[in-house]
Amino acid sequence: MIEDIRAILKEHGRLSVDAGALAVDADLYQAGLTSHASVNVMLALEGKFDIEFPDRMLKRGVFESISSIQAAVEELTAGAK
Amino acid sequence: MTQVAVSPHVAAAIRIAREVAGPVANAVDKDARFPNEALAAMKEARLLSAFVPRELGGFGCGMLELSQMCEALGQHCASAAMVFAMHQIQVACLVRHGKGQPFFEHYLRDLVKNQNLIASVTSEVNVGGEMRNSICSVERQGDRFKLDKDASTISYGAQADDLLVTARRAPESPANDQSLILVSKAEYTLEKTGSWDTLGMRGTCSPPFKLRSTGGVERIMPESFADIASHTMVPFSHILWAACWLGISTSAVSRARAFVRKQARAKPGTTPPSALRLAEVSSMLQMVRANVHDVANECESLMSQPDAGTEVLSSIAFALKMNNVKVSTSTVLFDIAHRCMLICGIMGYKNDSPFSIGMHMRNALSAALMVSNDRIFATNANMLLVLKED
Ligand SMILES: Cc1cc2nc3c(=O)[nH]c(=O)nc-3n(C[C@H](O)[C@H](O)[C@H](O)COP(=O)(O)OP(=O)(O)OC[C@H]3O[C@@H](n4cnc5c(N)ncnc54)[C@H](O)[C@@H]3O)c2cc1C
Repeated sequence: MIEDIRAILKEHGRLSVDAGALAVDADLYQAGLTSHASVNVMLALEGKFDIEFPDRMLKRGVFESISSIQAAVEELTAGAK
Repeated sequence: MTQVAVSPHVAAAIRIAREVAGPVANAVDKDARFPNEALAAMKEARLLSAFVPRELGGFGCGMLELSQMCEALGQHCASAAMVFAMHQIQVACLVRHGKGQPFFEHYLRDLVKNQNLIASVTSEVNVGGEMRNSICSVERQGDRFKLDKDASTISYGAQADDLLVTARRAPESPANDQSLILVSKAEYTLEKTGSWDTLGMRGTCSPPFKLRSTGGVERIMPESFADIASHTMVPFSHILWAACWLGISTSAVSRARAFVRKQARAKPGTTPPSALRLAEVSSMLQMVRANVHDVANECESLMSQPDAGTEVLSSIAFALKMNNVKVSTSTVLFDIAHRCMLICGIMGYKNDSPFSIGMHMRNALSAALMVSNDRIFATNANMLLVLKED
């Protein structure tokens, strides 16, 4: 899953650094993630994992790092089963 | 507002608006000069520190009271209202994000004593109205920093005592990784690089400046500007601006009302045709008022919750709502003023008549570009792609 998240960040995150080399707990906003780009990342994640982020998860903290994204995706995919 | 009981601080602002700001509003507009009298009166009433918590010596007013003050001022002098609103937005950032920081708490105690006026330096040449991007950056050297900014618009830059400035956190940071820095007059220079001869909001005195500043690193707010913006600067800006605009609308409608009453008195027994238009514009005004009061109320109750509403304040749904109040009030504001001018006819068109609506219309035009509505719509369009609102 981490690799999928990295690939999506690489394609849609418009980060100023390589998403492939980023530590899982590195601050994505400090790496240049904008709110606009985070929406595109969210849309790509929803498509890739066939999930929908509920409104309560649409906030900055959820997209702060690769690991926070992973936790959110895990919570949503677990809920789907 | 007259039916509702207001706090003594709001009552003080209402009095200053009527007795001090209103009488010179035309002169402020005509000469594009700073509303000195209103600001001096507000300092005397200690209203510049109205939002500072009681523990630090202020009045501990909330968003609702601030918005009522802006609305009252907006009815009598839009420039004085906007200056007051912009200052309070800066104070709100310092109060809400400087909490527990000795430097900022000390600064706020001094603000209560000295009634310093704080200006905002977010806009930058070549960035335009995109508040969440900066070109300039903070350059730290030990416990000092250096910060230079080519600012495209600084309201009351020449009159302010302190500035709150956005900049990239460090020279190597990306454009949106920003900090908010409080710089003090003793440690900055402003070189005026242009003029402020505008259609409206002339008394805000907002020309471009080149800022050069230094200071101790304790002046850099510890939280990221992204959080300060979404939790405080944007909600306070949009609500307090909208409250100023509501004041402008209220004043235009009250002139139109007076005009229609005068017509009716001239011919008792027949309803003047303009009364129909007045009925129309009065329903538009009610919508604006309900909108502004609703979000101000919601914000105030959120911020007084134990977690200061942080969860909700950082959500997309809340950001959308805050943006909507800005775009909707700024759009309808000019429409209301225009309709009021049509009601008053030539008496509304004349600059020197008691029913003049010209200044209202010119002031109203600034609202849609004070952070371009299209930029805000673009942000909302993006957020709506993921927001479900279920
Ligand atoms: C009365 C008044 C007081 C002000 N006081 C201050 C102050 O004290 N401090 C301060 O920092 N600033 C201040 N400003 C500046 C203000 O906040 C905006 O930054 C400024 O008005 C925007 O300038 P602009 O219209 O040239 O730029 P832009 O925002 O770049 O807009 C120019 C045009 O481009 C369009 N556009 C550009 N980018 C986009 C996009 N991404 N999406 C959609 N449309 C786009 C806009 O719709 C518009 O038509 C003040 C402005 C006013 C009117």
